[in-house]
Amino acid sequence: MSFVLNEDEQMLRDSARAFLAESAPVTALRALRDEKSPTGFSSELWSSFAEMGWSGVLVSEDHGGVDMGYAAAGLVLEEMGRTLASSPFLSTSVLAATAFNLAGTDAQKSKWLPRIAAGETVIAIALDERARHNPDHIETRAKKDGNGFVLSGKKRFVNEGAGADLLIVVARMDDDQIGLFMVDPKANGVSREDRRTVDSHVPADFTFDDVKLDGDAFLSGADDSDAAYRRLLDAGRACQAAESLGVAEQAFDDTIAYISEREQFGVPISSFQGLQHRAAHLLGELELARSLVRRALTTLDTQPSQAPLWCVAAKAKATQVSRLAAAEGIQMHGGVGMTDEYDIGLYYKRAQAAGEFLGDDAFNAGEVARMSGY
Amino acid sequence: MSLENFRKETKDWLEANCPQGMRQPIKSEADICWGGRNWTFASEDQKVWLERMAERGWTLPTWPKEYGGGGLSKEEAFVLKEEMKAINARSPLDSFGIWMLGPALLKYGTHEQKLEFLPPIARGEIRWCQGYSEPGAGSDLVSLRTKGVLEGDHYTVNGQKVWTSYADKSDWIFALVRTEADAPKYNGISFLLIDMDQPGVTTKPIKLISGKSPFCETFFDDAKALVKNRVGEAGQGWEIAKYLLSHERAGIVSEAAFGGLNPVTAAHQSGEVDADGKMSDPILRGDVARLTIDGLAFDATMRRVKEEADHGEGVGARASLLKYMGTELNKRRNELNMSALGYDGLLWEGEKESDGEVARSWLRSRANSIEGGTSEINLNIVAKRVLNLPGA
Ligand SMILES: Cc1cc2nc3c(=O)[nH]c(=O)nc-3n(C[C@H](O)[C@H](O)[C@H](O)COP(=O)(O)OP(=O)(O)OC[C@H]3O[C@@H](n4cnc5c(N)ncnc54)[C@H](O)[C@@H]3O)c2cc1C
Repeated sequence: MSFVLNEDEQMLRDSARAFLAESAPVTALRALRDEKSPTGFSSELWSSFAEMGWSGVLVSEDHGGVDMGYAAAGLVLEEMGRTLASSPFLSTSVLAATAFNLAGTDAQKSKWLPRIAAGETVIAIALDERARHNPDHIETRAKKDGNGFVLSGKKRFVNEGAGADLLIVVARMDDDQIGLFMVDPKANGVSREDRRTVDSHVPADFTFDDVKLDGDAFLSGADDSDAAYRRLLDAGRACQAAESLGVAEQAFDDTIAYISEREQFGVPISSFQGLQHRAAHLLGELELARSLVRRALTTLDTQPSQAPLWCVAAKAKATQVSRLAAAEGIQMHGGVGMTDEYDIGLYYKRAQAAGEFLGDDAFNAGEVARMSGY
Repeated sequence: MSLENFRKETKDWLEANCPQGMRQPIKSEADICWGGRNWTFASEDQKVWLERMAERGWTLPTWPKEYGGGGLSKEEAFVLKEEMKAINARSPLDSFGIWMLGPALLKYGTHEQKLEFLPPIARGEIRWCQGYSEPGAGSDLVSLRTKGVLEGDHYTVNGQKVWTSYADKSDWIFALVRTEADAPKYNGISFLLIDMDQPGVTTKPIKLISGKSPFCETFFDDAKALVKNRVGEAGQGWEIAKYLLSHERAGIVSEAAFGGLNPVTAAHQSGEVDADGKMSDPILRGDVARLTIDGLAFDATMRRVKEEADHGEGVGARASLLKYMGTELNKRRNELNMSALGYDGLLWEGEKESDGEVARSWLRSRANSIEGGTSEINLNIVAKRVLNLPGA
C-alpha cells in the first residue's frame, strides 16, 4: 500500500488531466445542460474513454481490459471531478465491471466485460428505492418463475438511467438474499421516467411491472450474493469519493485563484486574514479527505477484506469536504459566486449530488459507528 | 544485516530486556520518563529500561552512534518501533532534548557541541527546557528582549522568559537571547545553551487550570552563558529557532494523535450504552463517528506525509497544517470524552488517585492549540508559505 503515486499512476493522472481539460472542460457540462441533452452525457466522450484505455480499468486483460485496479479508477474519477466531466464511467466501468467481477458467471463475464472495456455499452446500477440512500431497504422482488424470474418494484434516481442500454437491478430473492439482475430497459413491463437534477445529470426512475427475466439474467457467480452486493457498494463509495475529492480540489483552486486576483480596499482580498484562515483550514480538510480516499482505493486493491471501513470513512469525508469547499468557495467569491457565469456554483451543485449517491456523510458516519461496534 | 534478521534479533532482545512493568500503556504523567539530574524513577523497572535502551543507543535509534544514538536506518528504526508496539513497550525516555534540541544540534551544532551535549540527552542524564516566550513576546516571538552582552568568553544574560515548561525540573535551558543590539530584529538573536545550576538563573512555577504547575517564569540576572555554548553564529538564532519549532510541532502532533481515552470507552465507563453496547445518545454517537473518521484521516495523512518526505517532498510548512489539524482533533476528542462521561467526567478530587484524570487531560488539551505556535499563527503560516497568499 502506498500513498505516493507510482510512475504508471502519475502518467495516468497526467494524461487524464490533460485529456479532460481538452475534451470535457466545464463548458462541456454547460453545453449538455443548455442543449437539454437527453442523457446528460456525451456518447462521443464515452467512446473516447475507451480509446484512452480507461473503460477497461477494472477489466482483466483476458477480457480486453487493462486491469489497473481501483486506485487507477479513482485517479480518473478525481480528474473527472475537477472538470465536472459527465460520463458513465462510474456506473459502467466501475460499478458494472465490479458487479460482473464479483458476481458474474464465466459466461456473463465473457459477454459483458469486453463490451465494457471497449466502451460499447452503458450500464446503469438500479439500486435505491427511497429519497435517501438505503442499501437495506430493497423491496424490489425477483421471484423465481420456472427457469427464470419475475421482477417487480421501483427504483429511484438511477444514474445514467436515461442513457443506459443495460440495467443491473438490485432485488430481493425468494430467500430474502440480495441478488443482482441484468434487465433490458426496453423490455416489456419496464417503464422509465427521466429526472433532471440540479447538477445537470439525467438519472431516471424505473418501474418494473412483472418483468420476465431469463435464468441467466441473475449474476449467479458469487458464493454469497449478499456479500458481493456489500463489496460492490464499498467499491462504489471509494470511487464516488474520489470524484467528490476532485470536485473539492478544483473548487478550492478556483477560489484561491479568484481571491488572489480580486482587489478591494486597494489590495488583493487574499491578503485578508479572515479569508486566509478559511482557506488554510480548507486545505487541511482537503488533505484529510485526500488521504482517506487514497487509503480506501489502495486497500480495495491490496487488502479487500480490510476495505469496508476505509470506504465508508472516505465517502463520508469526501462528501463533507467537497460540499464545504464549494460552499466556502461561493462565499469567498462574493456576489459573482452566485452567478451562473462563474463555475463555483456548478461545483456546489455537483458536490451535493455526488455526495448523495451511495450515502452522504451522515449515512456513512453511521456506517463507521456500526462497523466500529458502537 | 537483513531487515528480517534485524527484526528477529530486536524481538528477542526486547523480550529478554523489557521489564514486565514497562509493557503496559502509560496511565499517568508519572509513567513518562523525562530523565535529568533530579529525576526520581517511578519504579526500578523504569530505571532498568532506560539504562538498557540507552546502552544500545535505542532511546534515539536513528542518531549517530558516536553521539549516543543507535545508528539505525529509518527502516530499522521503524521495525524497532513496530516490535516495541507489539509488546506494548513504553518509550524509555521522552524529553525536550530528544524532540527539540537534539535535531537542532545535529543540524547546527559543532562536532564538539554534539559530543558534549547529545550523549547525556540520549542517556537521560540532562534534562532541557525551552526558553523562547517572554511576557511581551508570545506569538510575536521575534520581538523578544532578553539581552546578552558579550564579555570575553561568555555572554552576560538578563531578562525574563515565561511559560517555560518544566523549568523548575530542568538542568539546562536552550534560550533565545538578543545579543546583537544594533542588528535588525530577525538578525539580532542568538541561540544559547545555559546551565541553570547558577545563581543568575531562577524559576517560579505557574499554576494552570489543570491544577498542575508544569511551567514557570524563568529569570536571568547576570546569568552566564559561555560563548562556546552558542549554537550557530551570533545572530543566527532565529533561523535555528524556526527549524526547531517545526520539530516541536511534529512532536506535539504525534503526542496529540497518540491514543489515550476515547469517547466510546468513556461511554462504556459511564454506562451510557444500550444493552447491546451501542452508545445510547444518537447525536453524540454521530459526533463520535465524525471524530473516528477524522482520526482515521489524520493518521492516514501522517503516514502519507512521512512517505512523501521519504520521496524527498519535504514536510516544510505543512508541519504547521498538521499541527493545527492534529491539535484541534485532540481537543475534540477530549470534549467528547467529557460528554460521554457526563457527570462522571466532572470528578476532580476523591479517594482514588485516578479521580480527575479525564478532566485534567481535557483541560490540558486546550493548550495544544496554544503551545508551539497557536492555531491562528499556524494558519497564518499555511496561508503564506503553503498557499502563497500575500503577507500582512
Ligand atoms: C502548555 C504550554 C507549554 C508551553 N511551553 C513553552 C516552553 O516550554 N517554552 C516557551 O518558550 N514557551 C512555551 N509556551 C508558550 C507558547 O509558545 C505561547 O503561549 C504561544 O506562542 C502564544 O503566545 P502568548 O501566550 O503570548 O499569546 P498571544 O500571542 O498573546 O496570543 C493571544 C491570542 O491572539 C492570537 N494572535 C496573536 N497574534 C496573532 C496574529 N498575528 N494573527 C491572528 N491571531 C493572533 C493568538 O492566536 C491567540 O489566540 C507554552 C505554552 C503552553 C500553553
